[in-house]
Amino acid sequence: MQIEYIGAFQTFLGVLARFWPVWLAMAIVLVASFNFRKHLGLYGQLFDSGVGIAGVSICFFWLFTAIFAAKVAPFDPLSQIPIMKDALPGAIEPASKQVYLFGGDKLARDVFSRMVYGSQIVLIIAPAATAFALMVGITLGLPAGYYGGRIDSFLSFLANLVLAFPVILLFYLLVTPGIMDTPIPYAMAGVFFLFPIIFFSTLFYTRFKGRPERIYLLLGLTLLIGGWVYAGLVFNADPFGIIHIDPNQLNIFVAVVFASSPGVFRIVRGLTMDIKTRDYVAAAQTRGETPWYIMLWEILPNARGPLIVDACLRIGYTTILLGTLGYFGLGLAPESPDWGTAIKDASRLLRSFIHPALPPTIALMSFVLGLNLLADALREQSMKD
Amino acid sequence: MLSFISRRLGTMALTMLCLTLVVFFLINLEPNLRKLAISQTEMRTTSDQLESWLQRNGYRQNFFIRYGQWLGVVQKQPNIDPATGQAVPRFRFCNEPAVPTYSGILQGDFGCSTKFKTPVATKLFPALGATGILMFWVLATMVPIALLIGILAGMREGSRTDRTLSIASIATTATPEYVSGVIFTVIFASWLGWLNGSAASASQGITFYNFTLPVMTLAIYGIGYIARMTRASMVEVMTQQYIRTARLKGLSFGNVVVKHALRNALIAPFTVIMLQFPWLLTGVVIVEVMFRYQGFGYTLVEAAGNNDIDLLLGCSLVSVFIVLITQLISDVGYAYLNPRIRVQ
Repeated sequence: MQIEYIGAFQTFLGVLARFWPVWLAMAIVLVASFNFRKHLGLYGQLFDSGVGIAGVSICFFWLFTAIFAAKVAPFDPLSQIPIMKDALPGAIEPASKQVYLFGGDKLARDVFSRMVYGSQIVLIIAPAATAFALMVGITLGLPAGYYGGRIDSFLSFLANLVLAFPVILLFYLLVTPGIMDTPIPYAMAGVFFLFPIIFFSTLFYTRFKGRPERIYLLLGLTLLIGGWVYAGLVFNADPFGIIHIDPNQLNIFVAVVFASSPGVFRIVRGLTMDIKTRDYVAAAQTRGETPWYIMLWEILPNARGPLIVDACLRIGYTTILLGTLGYFGLGLAPESPDWGTAIKDASRLLRSFIHPALPPTIALMSFVLGLNLLADALREQSMKD
Repeated sequence: MLSFISRRLGTMALTMLCLTLVVFFLINLEPNLRKLAISQTEMRTTSDQLESWLQRNGYRQNFFIRYGQWLGVVQKQPNIDPATGQAVPRFRFCNEPAVPTYSGILQGDFGCSTKFKTPVATKLFPALGATGILMFWVLATMVPIALLIGILAGMREGSRTDRTLSIASIATTATPEYVSGVIFTVIFASWLGWLNGSAASASQGITFYNFTLPVMTLAIYGIGYIARMTRASMVEVMTQQYIRTARLKGLSFGNVVVKHALRNALIAPFTVIMLQFPWLLTGVVIVEVMFRYQGFGYTLVEAAGNNDIDLLLGCSLVSVFIVLITQLISDVGYAYLNPRIRVQ
């Protein structure tokens, strides 16, 4: 049977049309944010520069693509339609009359749908792993910078130890099928996922120590929600069955957090050492505040500017790390639609077909570019203050 | 200065000791040993036979004794064949002494590669040489281009040149090697046909045709970062008092930039370039796998994929050494270049 094709221009229009929920959501959010930018603080200031608008738009584009993936993608990312094997862009699938907009890959799956679904994997793991890395880095970096001395030397030595590992070697050692049989990933997850609970408990405890009615509520909530998520993620024993993570995804997650938290630690430590010499810290010390109150409520809020910028860059960097893992076929399932795996599959066949390689590469590049532009715009804004 | 360097060297040795211990532990996890035993016995074997293979080749000795043997502080015992009472080497492709000896990293014995069936040293060092050539060309293109972009952008902050170059360098930092590699191959190999999409033939002889794509791919990711750092440093220098003085006494702008600003602006990028080496290591692995260039990265992937214990340990030792030594050079060099620090 002969496959029919639509023209290049029609393909282009087709792609634009498939993204309609994304355009709609972006239009609403961006117009609203632009009109109320005076009242939105740091986020609103982003709309003052072209770079900022570009960064925000790209990030929102991928965010909404991930949210509306089921609406945007015409096909299932894993389903194979044999006749469409290596189909060129714009091929019409005979049964459903839907179009393979970016063609088919060597297993006859729709490249466009895979790219769209791939965004979900990246946009769930990358920000979440960055958030955990931030928690670990902050919780350890604050005391290291504030107290100095032995604690600092010890923690810095540990951080340098991890940083001295080339990332790729770390991944080859930590993300292998064999290691899932050992308790190591779970032990590491158990340690890392404890940090958010410690962080928020200390945060609320130091602030509301003298106000029992608030503290019991907040601490209770933290422990309840934290414990629930913790049970679901580490022991895979969520009593309600909502929170669940595959063993290999947990493995990737832990490896990525492990690789990027020393970087956060260093930045937080440096910022803390700088900020602790300020007058308001001395004032708080004179008031007799506890060290942890000073660290969490005096130093941390004043370090937020560089930390937000770093978080943006770090999400991009984590995306690159995930791509690296996918590219080497580590951790993620071989049929997973994430961008790194797709690039790996396509790059082996570049001599015969180039169309399956381009969508995931451009997707990954544009998302990281968006985050970097966002970080740059945020840095410019915080310099102005 | 000397005490500073010796203290740093001490920390470095300690770090390497800890790291190799961690790597040694992770490589010798039970599933990895079983995988090795299965691949080495080369047929369907029962778990009893696997166990006896591991036992016979000394993988069941105490962990710290084995680590000590690898390091060269514990004697390696010869492998006695119980039937004949003769000492037989563990692997037929490597020689082993028939008497107990200290033979580890400290004595320069890297062990035996089970994947390539040869001593590790004969595999690892030629591969390092190949990667050294790649690194040389990468640095030779990356550093001048990055510095030039950074200086041009930082010369006049906020100008149109600055904006264009800054956005270009942000874009390159958003392009990891596996992305730029694919894009360049599509453009230059598939579409234009100017360059070869594989560097496998570069082991015989390097030509512009087969070596440009790997070098380009590897350089592009680093350019953006170094250029950004150079720009920031240049911008800072250009606001200094002595630059204003030089301008006010009537020197031309070009003269001020070249004679007064440049030297001071290049101190910070030096550190950044040195600290780029760990990143380049990851890039080397990706690029060598992508373009099939038989260097260090390719060896590392093969070793890790086949759980080749001694080779992987050798690779990690080398890479950790490179990372630490570049950190040391960057610290010492920074103190040497920057007169304000040197005095203290």
